[in-house]
Amino acid sequence: MSDEKRHVLPPGTRFDPSLASRVMTRHGHGGWLGLQYHAHGEDWVELALPWREDLVGIDGAGVLASGPIISLMDNATSMSVWTKSGNFVPHATLDLRVDYMRAAKPGNTVIGRGECYKLTRTISFIRGIAHDGDPADPVAHVIGTFMATHGSYR
Amino acid sequence: MSAQQPLPPYAEALGIVIDHDEAGEPVLRVEFSPRVQGRPGFLHGGAMSGLMEMAAFAALRAELAARGEASMQLKPVNIQVEFMRGGTEQVTYAKGTVTRAGRRVALVNAEAWQDDRTKPIALAQIKVLLIPAE
Repeated sequence: MSDEKRHVLPPGTRFDPSLASRVMTRHGHGGWLGLQYHAHGEDWVELALPWREDLVGIDGAGVLASGPIISLMDNATSMSVWTKSGNFVPHATLDLRVDYMRAAKPGNTVIGRGECYKLTRTISFIRGIAHDGDPADPVAHVIGTFMATHGSYR
Repeated sequence: MSAQQPLPPYAEALGIVIDHDEAGEPVLRVEFSPRVQGRPGFLHGGAMSGLMEMAAFAALRAELAARGEASMQLKPVNIQVEFMRGGTEQVTYAKGTVTRAGRRVALVNAEAWQDDRTKPIALAQIKVLLIPAE
């Protein structure tokens, strides 16, 4: 694998989620959901999903559907991988498990915190939580893996 | 006759519709649009999961209605999704299959596919708590 193929970003540039979010949260599914950049660290990224009436799910009563929560966590954990790696390599979600602790409170913005806790050359291992104000009382926990489809993470 | 119930606002907003009924189990469909697009040219994994989840709930609703428990409240416990192929810019279908619906909990499998049903793009397994209406 050549270096040209491994590094989609200009040489010497590290992936920056705060800059990338400007593009990634404006188009496609993330744009439609209204995802916003919230914060990041060395191996984690937080995105925000503002509550919206048309994202309400099965039991009505203003509770967000779980689909938007999965999308929020897919995007936040995906960005945490590039953030830890520094390389913006194409990758695909292999699997994702979401445990729903409780329903999100109607009207509240949901924060998705994705963390990449291990990178190999090809596989990244992620986990995260979604909360609606208090990180100690999460709405959901997630765990999953991504695979670099072209090039490698390290 | 079909036991179909209207899909929730999220499904409607994303463009998810009931395509047809297969032996009492609804097949759902979503057209490709920017609303469901992830990386350029591909379906977003979250949209795929959302579609499968809606298919799973629709199948479970139909099964519960058939045994006279249409008013049961459904509460998702967890979902496990396996992504097997990238979804491309075309129509995506999903269908749920109720594996086991007991009195308190149900296990539903769901599958998503595009032009070739024998090559699913994703699988999901969803556990749902069943809460009798007051």
